[in-house]
Order: sequence, then C-alpha cells, then structure tokens
Amino acid sequence: MKGGKKKRKILPYFLVAPSIVFFLVFYIYPILYNMYLSFFEWNLISPTKDFVGFQNFKSLFSSDEFLEVISNSLIYMGTVVFFTVIIALLLAVWLNKNSFIHTMIQGLVFSPYIISFVSVSFVWMWLMDVDYGLLNYFLGLLGFEKCQWINHPDTALLSIILVGIWKLVGYDTLVIIGGLQSIPKSIYESVAMDARPSWKTFLQITVPMVSPTLFFLVIVNLITSAKVFETIAIMTKGGPLNSTNTLVYYIYKVAFDYFEIGSASAAGVVLFVILAIITFFYFKILSNKVNYASD
Amino acid sequence: MYKKNKSVKILLRILNGVAMVIVGIIFCLPFVWMILTAFKSLGDTILIPPKWILDELHWENFAAAWQSGPFLHYIWNSIVSTVGILVLQFLVAIPAAYAYARCSFYGKNLLFGLTMITMMIPSQLIFLPIYLLMSQWGLLNTYGALILPFAGSAFTIFLLRQSFMQIPQEIVDAARIDSASEFQIITKIMVPLAKSSMVTAGLFSFISHWNDYFWPLIMTTNDTVRTLPIGIAKLREVEGGVAWNVLMAGNVILVIPILILFFVAQRQIIKAFVYSSK
Repeated sequence: MKGGKKKRKILPYFLVAPSIVFFLVFYIYPILYNMYLSFFEWNLISPTKDFVGFQNFKSLFSSDEFLEVISNSLIYMGTVVFFTVIIALLLAVWLNKNSFIHTMIQGLVFSPYIISFVSVSFVWMWLMDVDYGLLNYFLGLLGFEKCQWINHPDTALLSIILVGIWKLVGYDTLVIIGGLQSIPKSIYESVAMDARPSWKTFLQITVPMVSPTLFFLVIVNLITSAKVFETIAIMTKGGPLNSTNTLVYYIYKVAFDYFEIGSASAAGVVLFVILAIITFFYFKILSNKVNYASD
Repeated sequence: MYKKNKSVKILLRILNGVAMVIVGIIFCLPFVWMILTAFKSLGDTILIPPKWILDELHWENFAAAWQSGPFLHYIWNSIVSTVGILVLQFLVAIPAAYAYARCSFYGKNLLFGLTMITMMIPSQLIFLPIYLLMSQWGLLNTYGALILPFAGSAFTIFLLRQSFMQIPQEIVDAARIDSASEFQIITKIMVPLAKSSMVTAGLFSFISHWNDYFWPLIMTTNDTVRTLPIGIAKLREVEGGVAWNVLMAGNVILVIPILILFFVAQRQIIKAFVYSSK
C-alpha cells in the first residue's frame, strides 16, 4: 500500500515528462537559442560564430529594407485584423440563424480557412492575373481600367491583404456567432419592447456583449497575420520593390538565401517582441474575462 | 404604419437575397474558377471573355500535373508525416492530459502553464533554431524533421484534459477497486470516454499539417520527404511560363481531400478550428 502511494506520487511526472521534453526542446530552447544567435555573426558554414553584441540589431534598424519590412508587416497586420473583424461581425449578425441556407453559407464562408494557403495563393494569383485574370475581366465589364494587383508596388500589399482577409474572415464569423449565441435573449427583450433587431440594439447590446469575443479575435488575428508567409512566398516573393516583404519572409530569405544567421535571428527577436506584446495583452484580457465570470 | 412595415420587410428580404448572392460569389467563385480552369485547354484559359461552359473536359491536365513530379511520393510523404504527427501527438498528450486532469502533484500549475504558453509560439518564430538542431542531428530531409517538432501539442493536451476532467470519479474508483492499473484506467476508461475530443483534436492536427507548406519547405532540400503542398508549388516552375490549367489541376488534387472531409464532418471541423485558439 505504501509503495503504491509513493508510486502514485512520482507517476504524474512520468506521465507529463514526454510532453515537457518536447516543449522544452522544440519551443523553449529555440526561443532562447534564437536570442543567443542574434548576438553573433555566423554564415551557417563556418565553424566559429563571432560575437558582435548588438551590431545585428543596429544594422537591422539602420537598414531601409528592414524598416520597410516592419512597416509592411504592421500595415498587413493592422489592415487585415481591422477589416476581418468588422466584416465578420456583420456576417455573423446576419448569418446567426439556424436555417439550412444560413448554416450552408456559414460553412461556405468558413471553407477558405481550412484550405491550404498554397492553393489559396495560386487561385488568387490566377484571379489577379493582369491580362487574363477574372478580376480584371470583371473590372473591365464595370468600365474600370485594369488593375496591376500584385505586379505593382502600390497595389501588391493591398492584394495580399485582400487574400488574407478572404481566408480569415470565416473563422472570425463563426467565433462571433458562438459569442452571439451565448447572449441571453432576455437582455434584448428587456431593452427593446418590440423585439425587432435594429441598428440601435446592434450598437447598444450586441456589440458590447460580444466585445470580449471581438477583443479575443483581434489578438488571435494579429498573431495569425504576423505569421504570414505563404501568400508572399508564392504570390510575390516580397516584391515588387520590397513592397510585400514581411517579417517571416524576410527572416527566411536572410537565413537561407544570404546565410546571415545573426541578422535573421535578430529579426526573429523583433518578431518575438511583437508576439510577446500581443500575448501579454491576450493574457490581460483573459484575466479580465475570468473576473467577469466570477462576478 | 402596417403598410410601411410590410414594405420594409420586402426590402429587407431583397437585401438579404442580394447579400447572399454577393457573399456566395465571393466565396464560391475562386473554387469554381479553380476547378473550371483545371478542365480547360491551355488556349481556353486565356480567352477573353472567359469560357464558363466547357464543351470538353481536359482530364489530361491532371495527368500532366501528376506526371510533372513524383506525386504519388509526395502524397505518401504527406500521409506519413500527418499520420505520424497525429499518432505521436496522442501518445504524448494522453498521459500528460491524464496527469493534469486527474493527479495532483507539485509543480503541476507551472508545467501546465509552460504547456499553454507553447500555444502562443508559432513555428514561424522558431524555425531557424530547429533547422540548425535538425541539421546537427542529421535529420534534415527525414520524416523526423517533419514529425518530431509537432509531437507535443498543447491544444491536444488541453482538449483531452477538459474531457478527462468531466469523467466521474466514481467510475475511476470502481476500476481501482477491481485493481485496475493506471495504464488500464487511461486506456479502458479515459480514452474511450474522450472520443469526441480526440476526433476534434485529430481533425485539427490532420488538416493543419496536411495544408502546411512552411515547415516542409524549411526542413527539406530534396524530394525525399517533401509533401504535397511543396509539390504543387513546384508545378509553377514548368518551363515556358505558367500553365494555369495544369497548376489548377494540381491544386484541385491538394484541395479535394480537405473539401470532402469538410463536407463529411463540417460540424466537427468547425468545432475543432473555432475551439483551437480559445
């Protein structure tokens, strides 16, 4: 009996050990090692790494290319998140019904989210083809001039943003619908005597009641869009003229095309800081949410 | 007053219909266009105005896509790596989730917190150190590099822990009286009762890794373990410009399994993905 008790005391550690080992090796160690590498100059081949202090960061932040990469990333993140959440909110309020057709549209809107970004990128590249693309054909029907889409620095980032929103909006829509369905009906009934939905009830009840969900989505979408890689790697390769180069793609290029591991790691630390700030807000909101629940 | 209400209602109905058509076009058209292009001849793909009704289905585009690379091999690699990840994730997650749900031990909150934090760390942030690690271990261009980094899944642990916690203690106690071992309690009681969570976690893992382009791209330099998304992306590099019909045929091959899965298990998939970051 005593032996059994002792066994039960150490057993949990055996049970969690494999997972903890994997997390330490493949999540925690890489983050720390990435920080370590950011202080060195190394070309991946040479046996020695030269310690250079903050030099990698200094040269990053004095390079116009990198500053543009940061600004591209932030513009991408901000624009995608802003439009995705707003469009999703409207879609959610509209689609929040249990009829067959509404459920079907929910599924349709969600489907891009589970399709490979590779296919999404190619399809949109084809749709955005300047000469033979469907989008320019439609623009022509409506009497507009051809758009250059991903071929021109002025429109390329916007085109990538469009694809990002298209892929993400269904996810947000379904999460918001989940939030809407948890709003007690009595709240609407107590405020609006005629239970007809209107802009007033939308702004005064619906939006405040789903605002925790919206905050949550803003955070999650920010992280998702900070990771953007496939659309850029496939559709634009960061161009034209660096106009769609964003952080992850930049790190990838610097590491595997230029073999500047130190610079790539330093850029990785910048990405880490951005994600850490977002995550910090996430946990702040999460703890607020817990407060609501216990009140 | 009554009349006005009625006309408002009709207007709303029309708006509703228009919105449905617009949303339907925005989300359907890219898929329709992909499939339509996949069946066109190369000459038809560049017709303006575009051809909407095909008088002939060019199945040979699929053959051309298929023969342009070792596609059976890519598909096999996709299956091995996704299934490998799936199996390993469960082997690692089931015992861990059991410990977090059912045992009390010193440092439990700390370890669970560590687990949860990894959910916030995307692979795009840590690929370079892991690449170096894999290269040191000689695991580049092997299934190990595609599978091992994903063996620990915080999401799977979290989901299973939730369902293990809901299983009544009486069932466990009764099994203990029948002198069942911890291992038997996990395999005979916990896992069967957590089936629906396992389906959710499994679907999420399978779809995410089936679609993944980034990780296999980083971890491979040749075709040995390259997966389907990489193979599709390489279709573009055919000599003499992009053959959109062949490229779209390749994409249909990549997308169809997921769309079929989505059609069959829409509810579970939506649950899996909507849950995944909560």
